[in-house]
Amino acid sequence: MDQTANQLQDQFQQRIDLEQKIEPKDWMPEKYRQTLIRQISQHAHSEIIGMLPEGNWITRAPSLKRKAILLAKVQDEAGHGLYLYSAAETLGISRDEMYEQLHSGKAKYSSIFNYPTLSWADMGAIGWLVDGAAIMNQVPLCRTSFGPYARAMVRVCKEESFHQRQGFECLLQLSKGSEVQRQMCQDAINRWWWPSLMMFGPKDDESPNSKLSMQWKIKRFTNDELRQKFVDMIAEQIKLLNMVLPDPELTWNEQTKHYDYGAINWEEFKQVIQGNGPCNKERLEARKKAWADGAWVRDAAIAHATKQAKRKAAAQTYSAKETE
Amino acid sequence: MLQHTVQTCIHSDTQLKYLLQLADNALILSHRNSQWCGHGPILEQDIALTNIALDQLGQARNLYQYAALLLTEKTGITTTEDQLAYLRDTGEFKNCLLAELPNGDWGQTVMRNFLISSYQFFLYQELQYSNDGQLKAIADKSIKEITYHVRWSADWVVRLGDGTAESHARMVQALELLWAYTGEMLEPCDYELPFIAKQSSFIKAAWEAKIAAVLAEANLIHPTNDWMQSGGKKGIHTEHFGYLLAEMQFLQRAYPGLEW
Repeated sequence: MDQTANQLQDQFQQRIDLEQKIEPKDWMPEKYRQTLIRQISQHAHSEIIGMLPEGNWITRAPSLKRKAILLAKVQDEAGHGLYLYSAAETLGISRDEMYEQLHSGKAKYSSIFNYPTLSWADMGAIGWLVDGAAIMNQVPLCRTSFGPYARAMVRVCKEESFHQRQGFECLLQLSKGSEVQRQMCQDAINRWWWPSLMMFGPKDDESPNSKLSMQWKIKRFTNDELRQKFVDMIAEQIKLLNMVLPDPELTWNEQTKHYDYGAINWEEFKQVIQGNGPCNKERLEARKKAWADGAWVRDAAIAHATKQAKRKAAAQTYSAKETE
Repeated sequence: MLQHTVQTCIHSDTQLKYLLQLADNALILSHRNSQWCGHGPILEQDIALTNIALDQLGQARNLYQYAALLLTEKTGITTTEDQLAYLRDTGEFKNCLLAELPNGDWGQTVMRNFLISSYQFFLYQELQYSNDGQLKAIADKSIKEITYHVRWSADWVVRLGDGTAESHARMVQALELLWAYTGEMLEPCDYELPFIAKQSSFIKAAWEAKIAAVLAEANLIHPTNDWMQSGGKKGIHTEHFGYLLAEMQFLQRAYPGLEW
């Protein structure tokens, strides 16, 4: 690295250390740019793929109020995808390129969305646990060093915390309901608990990207720190539902002032990431199909806009000649 | 207020059917539009169509809640919006056939929305002058939303009709399929007459003029087929409708009487 590059690198790190935001036109190390593109686009893809498991229940929501809540929630996720794709575009990648990476399997998305939604209670469990875990990850991102990402996250977090409360309220209603509803509620918690813990990513000593991300203040807490915070929060909230978490080892540790919890099945985590989760193929196929089926619509929109521009230009030429 | 009460008594059955017909159209169209959520051709348009589905669901809820109130007053038995949406069978739903047809492709979906929203626009414009205060209030709120639905769907009809050869061909096909279902909206049935007898010919003329103008801009030839399918308003639906309700009403039917 020559001296100028070293200076730039130092200045960059100084700015980060001073908590100044890095903006799209500022100099940044190529690795910082690529890390952010990878992280933001993964996040955007997770929002878009995340629409599918919940979208699965829109037409079957059990009341008009629940239908409106769910529809608005899934729409919010589309909105999050939109802000995040836009934030990633400021780093020099197009939305189409990001879609291409998703469809080809090159880009990843949050593994949790490869699990199926089998009952109405899953809508509550996703809101409470999955959005709850997402918020733990995302609140620190409101202060992340890259400006557009941080600003997008402020809005995303407001909506996500609303979703989490809606999810909890959905489960609370079920927990106060009939025996069948209570079973539905417990079953959903059983299925979504462990995948939610996996959302924080591998254990700190096995997280390849963490160190540099912490130095650049893209990340501010480690995977394990955030996971612990989440466990501590949920272990208390579940008491209000009169339900249990499916972990016999979950116990309050008076010394650490945290909840201890059982071992996560990391083999399952790896398998789901590698494409072997219960719904990996369906989720990706659904997105690829939507994209392929929509090609003629996008082509037509561009063709029409081009025709309109030509007509406008022709009309202006004609009108200019008339004036002469 | 007195006038409102009197009119409610005189027309209670008719009024109820009329409100249900408006509500059913809004709910069923919302249901079809909501099926696109997560599967749209362009992210921004996925959001737009979901927004429209949410508006329509909101309109349906306002109307069902009002109908439920009238039913409760009339029978003395508490009725809710959810009972009206989830516990009636196909024969009791009064929506037009056009609203319940499957979505087809994006072109067919935007064409259907354009045909129905344009009708709703002129209808709700009239309902803003209703002497039924509640219905007027619902119309006042809904018209703002419907104005956007018409603009959005008309823009898409033009864009696709005047886009590529493929999009044009698809729009010709969509129009051909849907046209035979438009007449039902425009011809008032017995329970609609007390509410829009005087206005129906104006609504029809305004709708026809709007459709003709947009189709012309979209380079689409106005259909000449005037044989119309009907039945929805009287509870005679298409084969598709039973599946729609089976899906929508599943939880309420499988676990009756529970709060969700």
